[in-house]
Amino acid sequence: MDQLSILLPAILNGVTTGAVYALVALGLTLIYGVLHIINFAHGSLLMVALYGVYFLYALFGIDPYLAFPIIVPLMFALGYGLQRYVIGRAGHGKDENIMLVTLGLSIIIENLALFFWTSNTRTINTSYGFSTVDFGVAFIAVPKVVAFVGAVIIAGLLWLVMQRTDLGKAIRALAKEPRGAQLVGISAPHVYAMSFGIGIACLGAAACLLLPSYYASPQIGHAFVLIAFTIVVLGGMGSFGGALLGGLIIGVTESLGGLFLGESLGKIGIFLIFIAVLLLRPTGLFGQRA
Amino acid sequence: MMRAGVAIVIVLAALLPAPWLLHSDFWLNFAIMALYYGFLGQAWNILGGFGGQFSFGHAAFFGTGAYTSAVLQLRLGVDPWLCLVFAGILGGAVGALVGALSFRYGLRGSYFALVTLAFAEVFRILADSVEFTGAGVGLQVPLRQSAANFQFPDKAGFYFVILGLTALGLAIAWWLENSRLGARLVAVRENEDAARALGVNVFRTKVIAITLSGALMGLGGTFYVQYFLYIDPTIAYGPAVSVSALLVPIVGGLGTVFGPLLGAFALQWVNQFAQLAMGNAIGLNLVLYGVILVLMIMYMPNGLFGLARVSARRLVRRPA
Repeated sequence: MDQLSILLPAILNGVTTGAVYALVALGLTLIYGVLHIINFAHGSLLMVALYGVYFLYALFGIDPYLAFPIIVPLMFALGYGLQRYVIGRAGHGKDENIMLVTLGLSIIIENLALFFWTSNTRTINTSYGFSTVDFGVAFIAVPKVVAFVGAVIIAGLLWLVMQRTDLGKAIRALAKEPRGAQLVGISAPHVYAMSFGIGIACLGAAACLLLPSYYASPQIGHAFVLIAFTIVVLGGMGSFGGALLGGLIIGVTESLGGLFLGESLGKIGIFLIFIAVLLLRPTGLFGQRA
Repeated sequence: MMRAGVAIVIVLAALLPAPWLLHSDFWLNFAIMALYYGFLGQAWNILGGFGGQFSFGHAAFFGTGAYTSAVLQLRLGVDPWLCLVFAGILGGAVGALVGALSFRYGLRGSYFALVTLAFAEVFRILADSVEFTGAGVGLQVPLRQSAANFQFPDKAGFYFVILGLTALGLAIAWWLENSRLGARLVAVRENEDAARALGVNVFRTKVIAITLSGALMGLGGTFYVQYFLYIDPTIAYGPAVSVSALLVPIVGGLGTVFGPLLGAFALQWVNQFAQLAMGNAIGLNLVLYGVILVLMIMYMPNGLFGLARVSARRLVRRPA
């Protein structure tokens, strides 16, 4: 039973972390599913959102959870603008170009952050930051519980938007049959930019949920970007359910890896899963096609 | 066809006397770094430019070469020049391994970029965790300056070594342009399915390219270690090397013999001006690299060399 008393809290912790990973991955999978591009700037945009939440708290005393209605629209606008005016234009219709442009953007964003905000890690102290919830088998920090619930709600909302709204229909139409969608009057540049914007808005939400239990630093994106890629690949590129499940799997893997292999080597489990999935089953758990 | 060969000889001959012409260590260092990045870019160009396989993780090969050199020297007392050979072999071996795995399972485009990125990250974590690579502290090669020890007392020695490596890189690129292997590689880049239909062994061709590319990166890793006498997991396997290696040929001209060299010198100038203009502010020169990368892809997707070629063609055509 001793084993279980160590394992269960680790698994529970992994699940809560995994939910936030899933949120980051949702945006990435949406962007991939529609635009068929891999957004290498995803991690650095999350970092921007984290700093946004941090400064709202540090300068104006706005609680991270209340920063939601400010950060999410701002991140949406940033994503919309980037896709419409930079990535879409630079692509020339070639995947490699788009890949390189998002890589370039990530370099720019990260190093600007390094210059303006220095490499110091920044944390915030909220009144609830150290309170915990008793789950019987383990105590889990309140922010992590909130993050888990928030991530599940947002994933549900995203699914509703995609299934029930005209925008969602337009996005899915464009993803499936770009030429046909344009023939029936869907404006491709606009809808592509909307998808990218929504994907980046997810990062804003993730940042609000993350910061109370996490920190902001210019390199923070690195930690997330490969994890998010892993989740997206594991769940199947473009699949929402896959991203959610993949996020939980990766969260638990990381938590257990840390438990058994130590902080530094523990992260290797994620990348090994990543490489194995890419090689053996690149369609992932729920993906339709390679 | 022979023209490119003659051009290589001319360029190398023009570069040879630099140590006697440049009297300052500053400018010699400038030339060494330009050639060094040009060499890394050439290594990437073999796979990415000629073969169209965009790797975001060439640091995996570079770092392996660098650590091979440092570890063999420090732990087993192997001759540094011999280490260069081993670094090339191991860099190539890692290239072959990564290539065999990813190409065997048909990874292309963004999937290939992702898997290479992940491989580099796995190596970085390993180097950060195990003992014989010095973990996070890194490895320092003790200073024992002598040519026999691959530690030249003056920069000229390093210059000739990197020029030699540049010659090797140019020769391989030239050979690719004129050999069957190169033709197959370009065919794979342009249309993999069509190439296969014509009887090209796509898998074999790509694995040979990534092995060659990895071997050259490994040599570059050794050069880095001997020049700076220090290596740590972030320098060896971090994204900075991978990004420089791909940026150089993109700026200069993908899949061309001289593109990487041209791109590296152009970027080195940009870097120098950036440092003059903005001081040694952390990160700002990388911001500039990012901006250049985005602008190049937006407005000059064929690189500087492509631009030169287009204008040369225009000049030639005008009289006709």
